[in-house]
Amino acid sequence: MNFDDTPQEAEFRKLARTWIEANRPDDLLAVLEALNPDGSKKASTADIVRVSKAWQKRKADGGWACLTWPKEYGGRAATPIQRVIWDQEEGAYGQLSQPFAIGQGMCGPTVMAYADEDTKRRLLPPLASGEDVWCQLFSEPAGGSDVAGLRTRAEKQDNGDWLINGQKIWTTGAHFCDYGIVITRNDPTVPKHKGLTMFWLDMKSPGVEVRPIKQASGHSGFNEVYFTNVRIPDSQRLGKVGDGWNVSITTLMNERFSIGARVATGVPEFFDFASSYRMPDGTLAIEDASVRARLATWASRSNGLKYTAYRAISALSRGERPGPENSIGKLVSAPMMQDIAMAALDLQGPEGARTIDGATPAAKLYQQLYHAIGMRIAGGTDEVMRNIIAERVLGLPADVRVDKDVPFNKIPTKGR
Amino acid sequence: MNFDDTPAEAAFRAEARAWISANAPRQYEDDLRASPFGRVVLKNADIIAASKDWQRKKADAGWACLHWPKEYGGRGATPIERVIWSQEEGLYGKLSSLFIIGHGMCGPTMMAYASEAHKKTRLPPLASGQEIWCQLFSEPASGSDLAGLRTRAEKSGDDWIVNGQKVWTSGAHHSDWAILITRTDPDVPKHKGLTMFFLNMKSPGIDIRPIKQSNGQAEFNEVYFNDVRIPDHQRLGKVGDGWNVSLTTLMNERLSIGASMPTGFPELFDLFARLTIDGRPAIERSDVRAKLANWAIRANGLKYTSYRSISALSRGEMPGPENSIGKLVAGATMQDIATFAADMQGPTGAMKKSEGVDEAGLFQAMLMRSIATRIEGGTDEILRNIIAERVLALPADVRVDKDVPFNRIPTRGR
Amino acid sequence: MNFDFSDEQKQLRDEARRFLDENCTTKEVRAILEGKDVYDRKLWKGLADLGLLGIAIPEEFGGAGAGRLELCIVAEEIGRALAPVPYSSTVYLASEILLRAGTDAQKKEWLPKIAKGEAIGALAFVEGPGNPTPGGMKASVSGGKLSGRKTLVADGGVADFAIVAARAGSGENTLSLYLVDLKGAGVTRANVETVDPTRNHAEITFANAPAALVGNEGEGWTLLTQALDRAAVLVAFEQIGGADRALYMARDYALDRMAFGRQIGSFQAIKHILADMYVSATLARSNAYYGAWALSTDAGELAEAAANARVSATQAFQLCAKQNNQVHGGMGFTWEADCHLFYRRSNLLALTLGSLSWWEDALIERMRKRNAA
Repeated sequence: MNFDDTPQEAEFRKLARTWIEANRPDDLLAVLEALNPDGSKKASTADIVRVSKAWQKRKADGGWACLTWPKEYGGRAATPIQRVIWDQEEGAYGQLSQPFAIGQGMCGPTVMAYADEDTKRRLLPPLASGEDVWCQLFSEPAGGSDVAGLRTRAEKQDNGDWLINGQKIWTTGAHFCDYGIVITRNDPTVPKHKGLTMFWLDMKSPGVEVRPIKQASGHSGFNEVYFTNVRIPDSQRLGKVGDGWNVSITTLMNERFSIGARVATGVPEFFDFASSYRMPDGTLAIEDASVRARLATWASRSNGLKYTAYRAISALSRGERPGPENSIGKLVSAPMMQDIAMAALDLQGPEGARTIDGATPAAKLYQQLYHAIGMRIAGGTDEVMRNIIAERVLGLPADVRVDKDVPFNKIPTKGR
Repeated sequence: MNFDDTPAEAAFRAEARAWISANAPRQYEDDLRASPFGRVVLKNADIIAASKDWQRKKADAGWACLHWPKEYGGRGATPIERVIWSQEEGLYGKLSSLFIIGHGMCGPTMMAYASEAHKKTRLPPLASGQEIWCQLFSEPASGSDLAGLRTRAEKSGDDWIVNGQKVWTSGAHHSDWAILITRTDPDVPKHKGLTMFFLNMKSPGIDIRPIKQSNGQAEFNEVYFNDVRIPDHQRLGKVGDGWNVSLTTLMNERLSIGASMPTGFPELFDLFARLTIDGRPAIERSDVRAKLANWAIRANGLKYTSYRSISALSRGEMPGPENSIGKLVAGATMQDIATFAADMQGPTGAMKKSEGVDEAGLFQAMLMRSIATRIEGGTDEILRNIIAERVLALPADVRVDKDVPFNRIPTRGR
Repeated sequence: MNFDFSDEQKQLRDEARRFLDENCTTKEVRAILEGKDVYDRKLWKGLADLGLLGIAIPEEFGGAGAGRLELCIVAEEIGRALAPVPYSSTVYLASEILLRAGTDAQKKEWLPKIAKGEAIGALAFVEGPGNPTPGGMKASVSGGKLSGRKTLVADGGVADFAIVAARAGSGENTLSLYLVDLKGAGVTRANVETVDPTRNHAEITFANAPAALVGNEGEGWTLLTQALDRAAVLVAFEQIGGADRALYMARDYALDRMAFGRQIGSFQAIKHILADMYVSATLARSNAYYGAWALSTDAGELAEAAANARVSATQAFQLCAKQNNQVHGGMGFTWEADCHLFYRRSNLLALTLGSLSWWEDALIERMRKRNAA
């Protein structure tokens, strides 16, 4: 048992480190400084996207973009463990890749699995190099945890094109995206999972309208996207007609399978805060027994996530596929982040209610209070994550489904 | 808003207090006080005999089963008078735990479904404690899902022949009578083929075996039925209507108003006020205070929720379903409290007897017993369903066994 | 990165598990619970024959000379099986202290006997309510004779010798560790009842019992806390072994048990309980592995890693054991069901090396020290 690289890994790490040393985005650091780890940004979205694209292009030119992708699609054909090593070396600069996370993590793999060769060679390299930004159009107002309950219609036209009408929601970055993958319902008369079809599309297509959503925190990281008679050629279909559910699983599996990615928990921020915040009696918060009791639990859970990731990385290093332990990350971190933020406000007494901006630990914790609400929902609610663990990891049976064999248009849509 | 009695209530309270003060079995007072939770242990007397004596004394003076009609051994009192009585009876109420199931569940079911003749014969000795009753509902394969029971009752002439097994029966070994739910028709959906009876526990073919619990005690029994004969006139409700009859019983189980579930909080507070850690009282530590405060609001919340119910009764209204939170809150709280009580003692928290911590054994008993509190009479999960469905009006879970003949319902998970 | 056990170590795990599956079913655990003996002598002999008692003892003292990682592997299996033997006191505490601080003569006298299963050791450091503090111990040594009283000595009723924390004088830094032959003069013992009768605990009274210094005089608190840190990692492995088994017991029951015409495991109320158990057990396992790495390499991070592993494993085992009971419903509350064996052990292990709140405090203190450095 050790944390050492194998000789090959060490060699690769050295290569990566040398390149980063020589090319690191010092010129972009000023903008980076303004980024908060929790995603609430001081710089404007346009600035961030511009800076991110510059760094991504630099990496792509050096052969360091989308490392595990085949070379012909803009990648490096690296192994999964090399990808992890790169992420470790890239460190904080990796935050600059946030605008590409969904495109490269979810859309890319889906296009790679289902598009024809020409399309792949055309679309994937600019996605890898950050020239094109992609988004994922899955959630709908009536299809959240139950993605397959979506209603956006795709109707086949006589000329073979598809006409899309409907609404998506919670689309990250739709306002600066060039392309998207969209899941639609092509047949409402068959059971819900069977009448779905996936496409990719140009976000500049006529009839696509993007509106930002103002979140509880006051920020707007997500959008609603409306489709009004948007035309998509059949050649942009991903997978067979009616097979969209299986295609979407490829995408979602990639979303839930990101190894070694550092999850924000709020523990370091709270630790810093408690180490400097003085209680009314003049003692530091961290010297208080009740603060310690709670912080100890959070710290050990946060450490547990870190070492669980290390175990997964070790499996990768041996050439194995890591087990399902990694599905626990968000379920552990998101509620904890919320508890931590509330504890930080509580410690400050009535002052805790005051809005604080900036990059102090207290300000970061304040912002987490809102960020955590979304974290506990986005990409699978706490409840869905527990179901996934219970069913896919522990092998428990699925819940009873009343909508499984019912034609979609016969499924009740109103609770009462 | 106030906590005062109305003039009528005050008069009733004075009468009850006077009678109790003149008649209470004071010789047990210390023993009763020393049993803040769980089983009552009397040093110099048999608990069953002592309970029966006190109940008899109360019955003779008209203080047994207060809200029952007089002809069945009660007092014809109002619900609020019953609450006042139990407040005044206080500690001595612990001597009635032997009769809780009989008075609280079997009696009301008999009252609703038995013939007048049976009511007149059976209810007065139940009220006066001369006969103890138990309730034969749960089975090994049907706990939370009571209607999944399999004990069969088959008609034979004017009698029914019962075969099967019940489990978790409190006090079966010292009971004289019981109410029993059986399956009379396995070919119809599960809720439709059930029938309720009452029977003499001394009937031939009944075999009672105590269950040894994981905490070492034996409060419950398994009861086996081998060709036990029950006359049809002891049927309660129609054939096939046993589910509805059982609801009468169970509604009464969950509607015990003003009864305070023990949480262990007062005991913990006392301990921490006294226990010294690193030279200062535990209660001065901020982590201890944070936890105590959290449990205090739970214990107080339960208390004042029951006060709200009492106020509703006092106005002559039926209290709402708020009372179903009692056990859900108390069970988990007791488990947490017992765990933390041990933690604060450090390593010696593992010991049953510890110098300087008189309550060590008590908290350890809570640790081991609270497991069952979270299960008996409705698991935490079932209680959450009840709150969600009956209080918040959420829909029931999807039922796959509703319209299926009972004998077609799968019985093995894998 | 190779943050996992090696294939050879996993093979050791398989062997230990196979042996314990055959020789330490819950039937054997219950025999001790019900008082048929104070520990399972046959199992103890078997562990000795397999070389598992001296696995981390160097060959020169009759052991197998393996490392602490191997010991962690065995600890997990001991915890999984709820083995009713004095393993933790003899192996994690007594022999580890002797190995690190004992004189050559002490090692030569006791370690070979431990490896052969001929001697049981214990650590006596608790004198009353409260977690240990350097100033809280009153037992003292004068002229090589130890007097005082220790309670909740794990396996104290069956041990042949004990390492005892006692003062060498009345000054501040006089706490020292001593080795006392429990079969010798001046020792009286009485078993005490605990939440988990499958492990022996005793109160020991010393009245001028001959005592030999272990380590230097005045070094007792340092040696004791180091010993507790090291044992915390190993006990964390026992805890994750127990947590894991409780989790899968509950999972199996949720698959077998039917209610409302369905497997109860198909209800989200049950699924979510199990998912939370899994999460807690997984975090605890990863934290225990980090503790194992720190223990096996004597890393500077050991103190923090041990507290981290201890907090995580204590919480996971307590959660898994109590919720295993909950998933089993009424059946889990019977003496016959095995649930309470795990519940008892989880509550015992949560306390014996110092309770959870004490380790929580230690974790934060140690994180602060690292941050300050």
